[in-house]
Amino acid sequence: MVLNNLSWRFWRVWQRNFDVYKATWKVNFIPPLLEPVLYLFAFGIGLGGLVQNVSYMGRDVTYLAFIAPGLVAVAVMNHGFFETTYASFVRMYFQKTFDAILSTPLTLEDIIFGELVWGATKAFMAAVIMFVVLIGFGLISLPQGLWVLPLSFLAGMAFAGLGMCFTGFVKNIEMFNFPVFLFITPMFLLSGVFFPLQTLPGWAQVVARFFPLAYLVSALRGLLLGRLEISIVSDVLVLLVLAAASCYIGIVLMKKRLLR
Amino acid sequence: MALSFEIPGDPIVIRAAALSKHFGSTEAVCGIDFSVRYRECFGLLGPNGAGKTTTVRMVHCFIPPTSGTLNVLGLDVLRQPRLIKARLGVCPQENNLDPDLNVWDNLRVFARYFDMTGRPAEQRCEELLHFIGLYQKRHAAIDELSGGMKRRLMMVRSLLNRPELLILDEPTTGLDPQARHQIWETIIRVKEQGTTVLLTTHYMDEAEHLCDKLLIMDRGRIIKEGTPRDLIAQNFSRHVVEISSADPSVIGVLRQAGLAFEISATHCYVSADDGVGTYRFLSDRFGEERCLLRMANLEDVFLKVTGRNLRD
Ligand SMILES: Nc1ncnc2c1ncn2[C@@H]1O[C@H](COP(=O)(O)OP(=O)(O)OP(=O)(O)O)[C@@H](O)[C@H]1O
Ligand SMILES: [Mg+2]
Repeated sequence: MVLNNLSWRFWRVWQRNFDVYKATWKVNFIPPLLEPVLYLFAFGIGLGGLVQNVSYMGRDVTYLAFIAPGLVAVAVMNHGFFETTYASFVRMYFQKTFDAILSTPLTLEDIIFGELVWGATKAFMAAVIMFVVLIGFGLISLPQGLWVLPLSFLAGMAFAGLGMCFTGFVKNIEMFNFPVFLFITPMFLLSGVFFPLQTLPGWAQVVARFFPLAYLVSALRGLLLGRLEISIVSDVLVLLVLAAASCYIGIVLMKKRLLR
Repeated sequence: MALSFEIPGDPIVIRAAALSKHFGSTEAVCGIDFSVRYRECFGLLGPNGAGKTTTVRMVHCFIPPTSGTLNVLGLDVLRQPRLIKARLGVCPQENNLDPDLNVWDNLRVFARYFDMTGRPAEQRCEELLHFIGLYQKRHAAIDELSGGMKRRLMMVRSLLNRPELLILDEPTTGLDPQARHQIWETIIRVKEQGTTVLLTTHYMDEAEHLCDKLLIMDRGRIIKEGTPRDLIAQNFSRHVVEISSADPSVIGVLRQAGLAFEISATHCYVSADDGVGTYRFLSDRFGEERCLLRMANLEDVFLKVTGRNLRD
């Protein structure tokens, strides 16, 4: 059903969002640029002064190099999730943008998929900005580091999809505080961004297996620290399945919400 | 010998049969049948909550019918919404202009949903902005427009794709007389160019002025159907004498004289075929300043068939 009603026209929704983004690009550009610099400064340089080198896969790396991939992953998660929750909700509920588009040849599936791809694009753009900053800090080994970019887009789809699932049923915009508090914040703290997951107790490592962010952190760290491993492939596969499933469920839930 | 000539395509643009829409236990539309012919301006009237918007929304494939069949431009609303919507223009009851975009981009981006891009699309946007007199405001934000300007912009946005069927849900509610007349002229013009129009309104003068055919709904059902002229002729005598008093003494006189009349809180409405004679009789009794003779109109019919009570 969902696939039958989906067409390339979703691109028109992406273009609409991109036009809005371009009109205010200066405002849109600054937070994702300042954010990584601030994080690197606070965690890498501030905290890194207290923390000794971290051992990663039998190798010593500086704390800054250790957390840099994690910070890229966090930016991808935050931007992807924010766009399809708060931002999509505003467009759907307050601005009635979807209602207006529904009187054109686009279907609801086109609209929601366009929003999802746009969410992934925002995540991707945040990753690109971060990527450039990290190159400036000498924290990326090229050329294999370039794989970070397509992977960010894929993970962006996964987090955008998860966000859309919540948008499919929240009653009001304040209710997004729950997934942020119960889902995003624990992931941020316990997905191995700031310390190796192996240092956690066994049960916490099991919990972390259910955190999508943990897979992204693990894959990006392997790529950025130049450790190509078979585990990267399985991380990517998990993200791929998650992206497909969450986008599909997100569209189904939004259809249920909007087409009564 | 009867003349016969070919009409291109199906002369019926909208065909609804036993069409229903339920929201939970609310029966918004219950089994209505109607058809709208090519190049007709078809008006839906009815008190608040009658089911006009619900009907119109099913026609533009915004909500699916609960039961019944609905064909628009020869296509089924459930099976081919995309093809139908490409040929429609819709101006919904509530404005939904894009507040993130300025006036110009609202039209440009909307045209793009119909795959209209590049120079031809820009020319169309320019032409329409000139047409409604908003070209000077093309860089303005939507928030900076007055209510009437927003409504006019909604109206031309629905014309971008040169629709075959134009759907207007209360196009002139809340507008000043100038803006109202401008929208009427627009509707008449697109009709002349061959567009079929489906319109809802609460203004009886608007319905009388624009519509070839009317349908009065109440509580999800059709209660009257016909041309404005027929509706008035069938349901009302030719003239009405309004008396600006609903005093028991006045009512007593009317009863005694055997006249047909209706009472509101402040007025009596006497219907009469011999308007002049009745007016003379009544103004002699109650004074000229309290009596007014006029033609029967659609509002009389509307109030007669739907009652004078407010809907909750
Ligand atoms: N989305 C909805 N969910 C639940 N009930 C609805 C919904 N939309 C309309 N209704 C109900 O259906 C009935 C008809 O509503 P509708 O909007 O079609 O009336 P209307 O004739 O357009 O009235 P108005 O003149 O006030 O615009 C009302 O009782 C309304 O409460
Ligand atoms: Mg309505």
